[in-house]
Amino acid sequence: MPDLGLEVLFKGQNMVRLLGGLGVALKISLIAVGVSIPLGILLGILMAGKNRVVKAILRVYLEIIRIMPQLVLLFIFFFGTTRIFGWDLSGELAAIIVFILWGTAEMSDLVRGALISIPKHQYESGEALGLSGRQIYFFIVVPQAVRQLIPLSINLVTRMIKTTSLILMIGVVEVLKVAQQIIEANRMVSPNAAFGVYLAVLVLYFIACWPISMLAGYLEKKWR
Amino acid sequence: MDLNTEVLTQYLPLYQKAAVLTVKIGYFGIVLAIVIGLFCALIQYHKIPVLRRIIAVYIEISRNTPLLIQLFFIYYALPKIGISTNAESCGVAGLAFLGGSYMAEVFRSGLEAIPPIQKESAYSLGLSPLKTMFHVILPQAVSISVPGFVANVIFLLKETSVFSAISLMDLMFTAKDLIGLHYNTIEALFLLVVFYLIILLPVSVLGSLLERRVRHAGFGS
Repeated sequence: MPDLGLEVLFKGQNMVRLLGGLGVALKISLIAVGVSIPLGILLGILMAGKNRVVKAILRVYLEIIRIMPQLVLLFIFFFGTTRIFGWDLSGELAAIIVFILWGTAEMSDLVRGALISIPKHQYESGEALGLSGRQIYFFIVVPQAVRQLIPLSINLVTRMIKTTSLILMIGVVEVLKVAQQIIEANRMVSPNAAFGVYLAVLVLYFIACWPISMLAGYLEKKWR
Repeated sequence: MDLNTEVLTQYLPLYQKAAVLTVKIGYFGIVLAIVIGLFCALIQYHKIPVLRRIIAVYIEISRNTPLLIQLFFIYYALPKIGISTNAESCGVAGLAFLGGSYMAEVFRSGLEAIPPIQKESAYSLGLSPLKTMFHVILPQAVSISVPGFVANVIFLLKETSVFSAISLMDLMFTAKDLIGLHYNTIEALFLLVVFYLIILLPVSVLGSLLERRVRHAGFGS
């Protein structure tokens, strides 16, 4: 049995520090999700609407955000905007802004997809029953769209959590950075610490995301 | 903000080299991911006993952890137990590990979307199981899978941006390096965006053309 460097995890405050690092990543993703879901719903409704100018503008925003890797967006905000506008942006704040922009774009696309997937005959049947436009929207379209949306937006949360691992690259101290520090500190005592610590990080992310994906999968099956 | 053209021309060759590396690793990673995905999807579709469970575990692990962490694990942790790789093959392996599960899900849902009546009708017309698979099930399954497949390819190409973390000299690495060296932030970021657009836009456009091309599975639904 080779030395797996697992004992490092149980030394001193190491496990607590790793969890704290994960906490930073989770905090950023929760703030971003909390803001981008309502914003995304609003934009999504506008995108499924009739105003062509608004639709065109939103489309451009959506495509630009979605085609760029999130890491490029982080770089643009962290290195680029600070240079152009001369303001001071912490890594964490830059991350929150980027994830809100990205999450809003993704969410609005999900909402738009859910709204336009409601077949036309649903509207027509509603009209045939004498419902008003508003009644059709709130009693027929929204309930069906929401059912489709909830599993997808839960999935967005896990994607957000996974993507926050990138903030390491703009110097935010999160779980990977903490892991690197722990490995460095124990280089002499346990040279194989890298295995145990990175394994722990992998497991931590899995524990954070897996239950959420399971919930999304369950709801998707239940409401099909 | 003015772009310094002199700096741009000076940086261009560096970015070209980096872009070639990004595309190369992306290409091999995605091809491997497709192979893994097809293999996993077929095993799950045919419900092969033990393998099916192993693949289910693999898919959950791969889908619920970030690529960056997977790469760190492959590149820094595995050598400690005697499995060492160079950065490039580590990048390909990481991308294939991540992409395999996404591809498997897309292919599997495509296969499962074909109603059993299609298979039964083919059999009653006297087609062999192999012919049924190739002429009846697969053509329909493929066209259902295409939108998800295209989305996955773009997603995986975007994910290649994290390779700089394992010191591969890709586009992100070049940009960060140049920002640190010369402080020409705007030029470095401008070229970064341009090069990613050059890589990603054609894939996105070709993808939507392909989607339109194969949209013949909607029959009867």
